[in-house]
Amino acid sequence: MKGRPNLYTSYQGETQLFSTRTQKVAIVLFLVVLVLMPFDLPIIDKIPFVRFLGDNTWLRVVNRMLIFCISALGLNILSGVAGQVSLGHGFFMGVGAYTAVLMGGANTSSLWGWGLPMWLWLPAAGAVAAGVGILVAPAAVRVRGLYLAIVTLGLVFIGLHLSRIFTEIAGPGSLGRKWPKLQFRIWKEETPLIDFSDKGHWFWFDISRNQKTYLLLLGLTVLFALAAANIGRTRTGRALAAIRDRDVAAEIMGVPEAKYKTIAFAISSFYAGVAGALLASMVGQMPPEFWDLILSVEFVAILLIGGMGRVSGVLYGTFFVVMSHRLVEEVVKWASRQAEGEGTFAALWDGLISVENGDFGFITLSESALGYPLPASALDEVIYGLLIVVFMLFEPLGLYGIWIKIRNYWKGWPFSY
Amino acid sequence: MLFALSTVDTFVQTFFKAMALGSLYAMLALGFVLIFKATQTVNFAQGAIALTGTWFLSIIFIDWDVPGRWLPGPNYMHWVIALLLAMAATAVFGLIIERLAIRPMIGEPIFSMAVITLGLEVAIRVVASDAVSLTPRILGVPWGIQTFKIGEAVVSWSYISAIVATTIVFLITWRFLKTRTGVAMRATAFDQEAALAQGINVGRIFAIAWAAGAALAAMAGIFSSMSPWAAAGTASREGAFFAFRALPAVIVGGLDSVIGALVGGLLIGFMEIFAGQYLSGYVGVLGVGYQQVVPYVVMLIALLIKPYGLFGTEEVRRV
Repeated sequence: MKGRPNLYTSYQGETQLFSTRTQKVAIVLFLVVLVLMPFDLPIIDKIPFVRFLGDNTWLRVVNRMLIFCISALGLNILSGVAGQVSLGHGFFMGVGAYTAVLMGGANTSSLWGWGLPMWLWLPAAGAVAAGVGILVAPAAVRVRGLYLAIVTLGLVFIGLHLSRIFTEIAGPGSLGRKWPKLQFRIWKEETPLIDFSDKGHWFWFDISRNQKTYLLLLGLTVLFALAAANIGRTRTGRALAAIRDRDVAAEIMGVPEAKYKTIAFAISSFYAGVAGALLASMVGQMPPEFWDLILSVEFVAILLIGGMGRVSGVLYGTFFVVMSHRLVEEVVKWASRQAEGEGTFAALWDGLISVENGDFGFITLSESALGYPLPASALDEVIYGLLIVVFMLFEPLGLYGIWIKIRNYWKGWPFSY
Repeated sequence: MLFALSTVDTFVQTFFKAMALGSLYAMLALGFVLIFKATQTVNFAQGAIALTGTWFLSIIFIDWDVPGRWLPGPNYMHWVIALLLAMAATAVFGLIIERLAIRPMIGEPIFSMAVITLGLEVAIRVVASDAVSLTPRILGVPWGIQTFKIGEAVVSWSYISAIVATTIVFLITWRFLKTRTGVAMRATAFDQEAALAQGINVGRIFAIAWAAGAALAAMAGIFSSMSPWAAAGTASREGAFFAFRALPAVIVGGLDSVIGALVGGLLIGFMEIFAGQYLSGYVGVLGVGYQQVVPYVVMLIALLIKPYGLFGTEEVRRV
């Protein structure tokens, strides 16, 4: 009887994160592959998808994806577990990022910065964002549904305005200011203890900057994902799920609604704050306009495309959404090469893509071309918008739902159920 | 502007500007409310649709010169006809959206539908703003940047036009809600299943609401692209974001109330313009462009006091 899925002999067994041995082995193997992914190692190099992602140019996209993953995990606790829709996640990321730059940034005549080390500013970014979340919560707890969505949307615009007022923190103009680098220092000493922002030599390996950042972010993502999964198993998580399923019933059963909604806001803002600080530090320089509504919508899209309420859904969703931006670009590039080449479908691609000025087509590669034909960067946003629509229409459970369907099909195979 | 005018003239001038902005917000809010009443969803794509409508007007009136080709008569008559045509085209666009993306989602969670409109917003806005950003799309507004004076106060004709247009729109809506279809719409808003059981064609009601909402968005987009506002007579990307600033008006008035749309729109418009005029001495503290944040702050405060807006129906919560 041992080792059978769905056979639980104790409550402890039922709430385990990885209940079967297969799952445990799979997750350990998966993590090992993830850790070794960016290095040139004999066996791992041969796994097609992994080899492709571990490539140095793609590693930047993967790093971005990991950060988005942390942030989306936070929104998942608020929207997926507690059922409170927020369009203001980008605002909390911005709060975290600006806390980081205030605490860790360089002090100049026009800019404020305390130059503190990373082990201080990274948790502080989360803590301050969580504090702001708690401050906002009284207004947010009173409203529900779409009213809440619009209130949080208002936060984004207020935040954008605040970043225009406090130019000492946000930096003047549209370029933004420089963020502290991802360097681990004990205090303010000259040479950092561990430098994630420059290439170097670790153990027996030469290691590039992207690879170092990747390892740091991977560690943090695993940490945050485990924390998120565990929150769902605690008293708090169950209370949040009760509020999501039916708030009045939860209150009748003695779950204090306001308290737990505030907690959900605080946790989700903490995740967002940390992710915002990491993202800004990795990119190095960010305009205040980055933390706008489109960013917030992106996280809602991640949750919906991946599947709400599940940590694994968040992982699928982030992967899909962040990668889709680059993939569309690559596909258009590939198609334009096809259009110029001699392949079988060259004429078809030529009809779709305008390779040079005045050429007929719907899509163009040049970034400067505005208007018609659409530039590839705009196309990628259009596809992303339509993806949200298509997923909501045809697969409301998202990629997680697709996975469940596939799994159930093979579980019962060759019988239909 | 400020220095040469007496306080009364400043007030009159600010008052007209506030009335105009308030009417624009009210017009947009009405679109939101009609769509919410019928399909229980906030149409976040309203701004993108507004931009599309402005673009349609530019194509119809400037590029094709449509009524002017065949009709004699004064320019402003042509413009009004072109405006109606653009609104009709946008209404058709709204119908297509409703049919393809909203109708299949009836009965699904409210949030799924709202997110669909967010996705549509991204897609439509990108295409539309890409279409208008190559060359400035002139709208050919007949009164352009002309102004007239009441005493010493300078009032733009576009203010008056916006106020008049909103008045007409609200009068039509008010009459419409008393007709047979209007009553059917109110019944649908109250309870979809009960309305179905009474023989009301609920699908048709949805279609009407979305067409009307899209047409209103187009109209508001066009009137908000006139000279004293940011876009100044051309279709530009600003139009797509203008609708987001009208969301506070909807929330303050109540998501499902026509009167609320009017009151909320005017209230937010007045707050924004009067704050912009009379707090401009504190611009160092408040930051440039603070008046654009005023709607959101008002919204937050209003929600703390009345969670369902001034005229919104309070949701009855049952287990």
